[in-house]
Amino acid sequence: MTQMTEQAHAADTRSWWSRNQMRAAPWLFLAPGIAFFAVYVILPIFQSFHISFYRWDGLGEATPVGLDNYRQLFEDRAFYVSLRNNVKWLLLYLLAIPAGLAIALFLNQQIKGMRLYKSLFFFPFVISQVVVGLVFVWFYNPAIGLWNPLIGLFGFAPMNVLGNPNTVTYGIIAAGLWPQIAYCMILYLTGLNAVDPEQVEAARLDGAKGWKMLWYVILPQLRPATFIAVVVTVIGALRSFDMVSVMTRGGPFGSSRVLAYYMFEVSLSEYGFRMGYGAAIAVILFLIMLVYIAFFLWRMWRDERAA
Amino acid sequence: MFPTPVERQSAAVQATYKALVPLALILWLLPLLMVALFSIKPDGDFTSGNLWGMPSSFAGFENYTRVFTDSSMPRYLLNSIFITVPTVIGAVALSCMTGFALAVYRFKGNLWLFFMFVAGNFVPFQILMVPVRDLTINLGLYDTRLGLVLFHIAFQTGFCTLFMRNFIRALPRELIEAARVEGVSEIRIFWYVVLPLMRPAIAALSVLIFTFIWNDYFWAVVLTQGVESQPVTAGITAFNSQFRAAYHMMSAGSIIAALPPVMMFFLMQKHFIAGLTLGAVK
Repeated sequence: MTQMTEQAHAADTRSWWSRNQMRAAPWLFLAPGIAFFAVYVILPIFQSFHISFYRWDGLGEATPVGLDNYRQLFEDRAFYVSLRNNVKWLLLYLLAIPAGLAIALFLNQQIKGMRLYKSLFFFPFVISQVVVGLVFVWFYNPAIGLWNPLIGLFGFAPMNVLGNPNTVTYGIIAAGLWPQIAYCMILYLTGLNAVDPEQVEAARLDGAKGWKMLWYVILPQLRPATFIAVVVTVIGALRSFDMVSVMTRGGPFGSSRVLAYYMFEVSLSEYGFRMGYGAAIAVILFLIMLVYIAFFLWRMWRDERAA
Repeated sequence: MFPTPVERQSAAVQATYKALVPLALILWLLPLLMVALFSIKPDGDFTSGNLWGMPSSFAGFENYTRVFTDSSMPRYLLNSIFITVPTVIGAVALSCMTGFALAVYRFKGNLWLFFMFVAGNFVPFQILMVPVRDLTINLGLYDTRLGLVLFHIAFQTGFCTLFMRNFIRALPRELIEAARVEGVSEIRIFWYVVLPLMRPAIAALSVLIFTFIWNDYFWAVVLTQGVESQPVTAGITAFNSQFRAAYHMMSAGSIIAALPPVMMFFLMQKHFIAGLTLGAVK
């Protein structure tokens, strides 16, 4: 870096550089980042849209088929199963937010060893989803897992959570919630740390306590934490690929597929390399996500203007 | 403080609380504790039906040694390191520059570029999958660690730019203005004035990206195939089919695969949480 400046000063480009460096510098700094991002992220989005209008096995010639892939999609039972499961994921995943808040409130004390307790509660978030998936596969396993004896304590009959099409998706979502709750918990713990103690004391003198205090005094101050929790939870729910892939491969009978997994299955697995059809599924998933991206950007734009 | 600190309450409440916290923790981590227990049991315990009791003998040492001697696990771990470390360096380096440019200069399109990085960071991976795989094959980088690294650097630059830009924005602007008045060139300002102040952001981002990339599974299965280049998240599947139904071995293998980010977290806890909760407090 320094060398470059020295060269620029020494050569006859000096005057140009010193005259224009305020205008040139930002683009100099941005160039490598933009180049990488454009090639690997921005362009592929448009390419996927393009590919979704073709029939293509990934190797040979691609045949343009117009809207055929989308037409086929709307008659595809597996697509609707995946979509319905995505809705389940989205709704149930949001439980991570109140659950995370509850644990954060439970742990927001100053007893001895609290720091370690908090880290251990946060622990599941640091483990890869693949391992979380495996851990829960064994936990649910009717032969070796603790799940059946555990629910047996409450009088429930043993069940095969991941083998039953009616329970499998809930079983995977529960596993996915585990790290997500930990994430929301840490967001709220940080938020609670910054709650203004004077306001809390003042409200206490006014007789506020319990739920009222939480709703009217604490939660408004936790809004930034809640906003981030919602954003990361929604995105996490729509990205649910790892868990499904590791725990059930979409089974039994395709009943636990989600769009992210079905897309992968269609394009790259034994079902054949139908890249165009896969791209069409990806486009649908992208459009769903776009609603949230637009919402997030709008909020950011508003904050930027206020700043 | 909310809720009311327990110190202000009766001794009975305090004692109950202190007993409740570890109990809740055990329940919370139960699935993981089960796997940890499996990993130190000898094979015989599973056939004799001693699943959740004390291990009949401590076999932890053998099991974990076997993970390293009888499988490709060391290779997968090494691949993970060679994928994760270059990605961290690359993404942090690129985003130091993009973050600086977007935070310090006013120019047309600044906010749009920033939004492009932010939006790109949120897109579902599937919309990138087919073209990125195709590009990687055409570059001759399919099933190589480099192919994976290049993509990861590019994708993480989105999140890192968001992070760095907001961090630099919060630095005192007077420092930069003062340097400009002195006639210091823009590149020197970046290198000598701003970069030293970014150390905490660089630390926080490095631990976060390390964890994200180490734990990546999707791109590992899309862009790599064999033991030569697959990271441990993808390799664990092969490991598990090698030790099919040997739950003590599969448990030990999973714990080994999960360990590096866990250690990173406990060593760099402060930075990790600072990075993760950026923006959770205004």
